[in-house]
Amino acid sequence: MKKLLCALLVLVTTMSFIFTGCSGNNDNVIKIGINYELSGEVASYGQASVDGIKLAVEEINKAGGINGKLIELVEYDNKSDKAEATTLATKLMTRNKVVAVLGPATSGAFKATIPVANENKIPVISGSATADDVTVDANGVKEYAFRICFNDSYQGIAMGQYALNNLSKTKAVIIMDSSSDYAKGLAKNFNEAFKAGGGSIAAEEAYVAGDTDFNAIITKIKGLDFDVIFIPGYYQEAGLIIKQAREQGIDVPILGADGFDSPVLLELAGASNLNDIYFSNHYSSLDKDPSVQSFISAFKAEFNKEPNAFNALGYDLAKFVIAGIANAEGEVTGESVKTALADTKDFVGVTGSFSIDENHNPVKAIVVIQLTDGVQSSSERVSQ
Amino acid sequence: MAGFFKKSWAVKLVSLASVFILVQLLISAGFIDSYIQATIATICINIILAVSLNLITGFTGQFSLGHAGFMSIGAYVCAIITLRIGTTGSFILGVFAGAIAAALVGFLVGLPTLRLKGDYLAIATLGLSEIIRIIFTNLKITNGAAGLSYIPRFVNWFWIFIFTVGTVLLIVNYIKSSHGRACIAIREDEIASEAMGINSTRYKVTVFTIGAFCAGIAGALYASYFYDIAPKTFGFLKSIDVLVIVVFGGLGSISGSILAAIVLALISTFLQSFSEIRMILYALMLIIIMIFRPQGLMGSKELSLSLFKKAGKLFSKKERV
Repeated sequence: MKKLLCALLVLVTTMSFIFTGCSGNNDNVIKIGINYELSGEVASYGQASVDGIKLAVEEINKAGGINGKLIELVEYDNKSDKAEATTLATKLMTRNKVVAVLGPATSGAFKATIPVANENKIPVISGSATADDVTVDANGVKEYAFRICFNDSYQGIAMGQYALNNLSKTKAVIIMDSSSDYAKGLAKNFNEAFKAGGGSIAAEEAYVAGDTDFNAIITKIKGLDFDVIFIPGYYQEAGLIIKQAREQGIDVPILGADGFDSPVLLELAGASNLNDIYFSNHYSSLDKDPSVQSFISAFKAEFNKEPNAFNALGYDLAKFVIAGIANAEGEVTGESVKTALADTKDFVGVTGSFSIDENHNPVKAIVVIQLTDGVQSSSERVSQ
Repeated sequence: MAGFFKKSWAVKLVSLASVFILVQLLISAGFIDSYIQATIATICINIILAVSLNLITGFTGQFSLGHAGFMSIGAYVCAIITLRIGTTGSFILGVFAGAIAAALVGFLVGLPTLRLKGDYLAIATLGLSEIIRIIFTNLKITNGAAGLSYIPRFVNWFWIFIFTVGTVLLIVNYIKSSHGRACIAIREDEIASEAMGINSTRYKVTVFTIGAFCAGIAGALYASYFYDIAPKTFGFLKSIDVLVIVVFGGLGSISGSILAAIVLALISTFLQSFSEIRMILYALMLIIIMIFRPQGLMGSKELSLSLFKKAGKLFSKKERV
């Protein structure tokens, strides 16, 4: 009992020591919070996004900021942990008094911050949370949550239509990762869109993330009549499936989604097997658009490497939110920024131009990238 | 003697109530903002987890790595109930249903596995928590790998305080009872204690069930406070996190577990702005402390009020000089 009492006393006293002292408000800066996975299992997404965000903010501050005020970033690491993401969103909103919070990168962690956003009336915006129910679910739109990437079902539908309309294929085999909701969602939407457009599904096979030998599946489908393969899943398994399928003599086009976007795909499959591969993505470095090319050269100058999709999304995310702050009517508060973001029309970004729809999702075209001998040979924007 | 006993109870009750009221007042006055509340919630949930694991590992000497599994059962049961009904009553129902479900699983699994010792038990409990995680990943009602989101938040300082104090009281009193003494005897020497007539399996299963029950409560509080749960949240590393708190505080010291939960949460909070070196610093601090205090912060000793009084006197003297 006594120990308990002491412990509680210690708790209260240490708390009061640690948490005293608040930062004063500077009138000449506008604070934006960064709540990203900078360490932990998905740190690569978080770090890449934050690199993009910093590049955009640097450009804007160099040009004099917005409305005479500079942008200040308040950066925290949520360890790829949902509870930590919730706590940090609270910290950024109540303690650092930010007007908007960027991130987290993954859907689960982002969703965990949305109730905090609604409670504090500060918008949270993600560049890469692609799960379908992030900004809208059966209970309606999440008032203070936005994203600037398309969702998973949109990718599945777009690839189904791409196979039918652009590649003129009508008989598909789906090989999906049955252990991930991302892959299941893609497979379902591809299946529906493909059938609705007049195609037929010859077979639907499943594997589990971590598998390395897919010869049984490939032997099974080899005897079937089909002209395209769709692999919803991530690059680790997709690379091996492509390699084993090509080695067994299957040379039909293979389609995938943004889970293919990694240099590891090339390492696993080998350059000679990566022909006639098409996957959807948020952005392509082959895009000839001048804004894309100037982003790429600025990114290379700053970080000395090629930007990937997360860099591009982070860059667009920061530009999008800062544009929202600039357009906010009256005083810049969470509420006025939210209204400005919801009213965004024809925002021009490196991942495509978009307007925000009533569900707080962007209406944007998808990029389909073709691989030839392991390198990106062409890219095209496909809108529905 | 009886009067003294009653008086000390009254003192304790009054001090507990005043701690509660003090914090509640600070919250209402705005001195404790929602960020500190979230940190306090994290600390209290970790206290419940650590104290209950300490009962299994520190006091009874059974090396368990299954705490995250029991926590996830509590979290999912409570989340599903509150998502369906959505009233404060359903939250309380959810907490107890979750805790009972976790205890039931702990009991059923404990019966065969607690006949194992040491490393074998650790592997069996690790396997158990992985099985629970895989089941939640594949069930429809738990929404698979994506987990459950937008769980209504009913937890506030009141509920956190009640459940944390309740858990600590339950476990402290259990350890002080003859059952608790039997558990310590099993830890010290299982064969000798059996020779003295202690039914070691029975006690081990009881302790395991109590531990699972408390972990279920912690999980339910977690689900209701942090809005969002997924099977991945309750992976193997979560069990290790709890074990770190227990070992860090001292195996066999309840106040050590409480202190460690607070210290580790504060270190982690402090490191939030240093993402690049965060994990290195955290690990480094753990290593340094374990080198200098291999028995943990408190060893197997407990903080006592008299110790606190002495420290208080020292401070007041210094201030006068």
